[in-house]
Amino acid sequence: MMIDHPLLGLRDAQEFTYLGDASLIDRPDWRSDTAQEEFHDYLYLRDNPAGEHRELWYHEAGDRSWLVVTRNMLTHEITQVELARDVARARGRSK
Amino acid sequence: MHSLKSITALAASSAQVDSFDGLTIQERADCAFASLAARRGEEAQCAAGAQALLGAELPAPGKGVLGEPYSCFWMGADQWMISAGYAAHETLDSEVKEAVGAAGSVTEQSDGWCRFDLEGARLGDVLERLCNVDLLAMQVGDVSRSRLEHMACFIWCLEPGQKVAIYAPRSSAGSLHHGLVEAAHSVL
Repeated sequence: MMIDHPLLGLRDAQEFTYLGDASLIDRPDWRSDTAQEEFHDYLYLRDNPAGEHRELWYHEAGDRSWLVVTRNMLTHEITQVELARDVARARGRSK
Repeated sequence: MHSLKSITALAASSAQVDSFDGLTIQERADCAFASLAARRGEEAQCAAGAQALLGAELPAPGKGVLGEPYSCFWMGADQWMISAGYAAHETLDSEVKEAVGAAGSVTEQSDGWCRFDLEGARLGDVLERLCNVDLLAMQVGDVSRSRLEHMACFIWCLEPGQKVAIYAPRSSAGSLHHGLVEAAHSVL
């Protein structure tokens, strides 16, 4: 499998490690009144779609960037690769 | 005053050279390194400061610039490694920090990295056993980080198909050297 890195182009998947669902970016605010429930859902509840899935990959043996890879769970086709940094900032996650 | 003696990454008093029919593996003990990371929102200022020092623009992703006395290659998003001769630039990190000021974060890396130069007509035959970098497609100045002997090493093309510099974590220099020599033995 090849991953089309936004900065470096096509790179072999063996250079990457997989973390999980890209929703991990949306970490709840620990100061929230309902933080306990939110963290429960954040940690344990995952969608398991038979189709398009956004997931976090780490270019460990490359430039050490975190990526958000949109992959089809049925065909393994990768349709979009973004720097997780950009995705997180667009969601207002970055301080 | 203590009488201290510097040693190379392979813990010897002089740099190791291994010669094979068609390939020379040369340890480079004369390199000072400093990493530079542009601070967010100050990328342009950091680039301008670095350019004033290097005499060239900070290289784009996957690229490096060879210069005298400073060379530089791209490591990651908004991160670069700058190198120079160790004897003349032992305090390279201070020089880089002075150039970029508060626009960049600089870390001394001379004790963190090692360099081996591989040169010869059979370079491609050896390198293809070690990592998945496509040497034939690399031009001068192309730098790629890839897995080599289970380590994430930088491979910098200095002469297409003929000469590369390999940068690896210094604490793993022995493992890298072992891997390079073993591959050369099995091929040549």
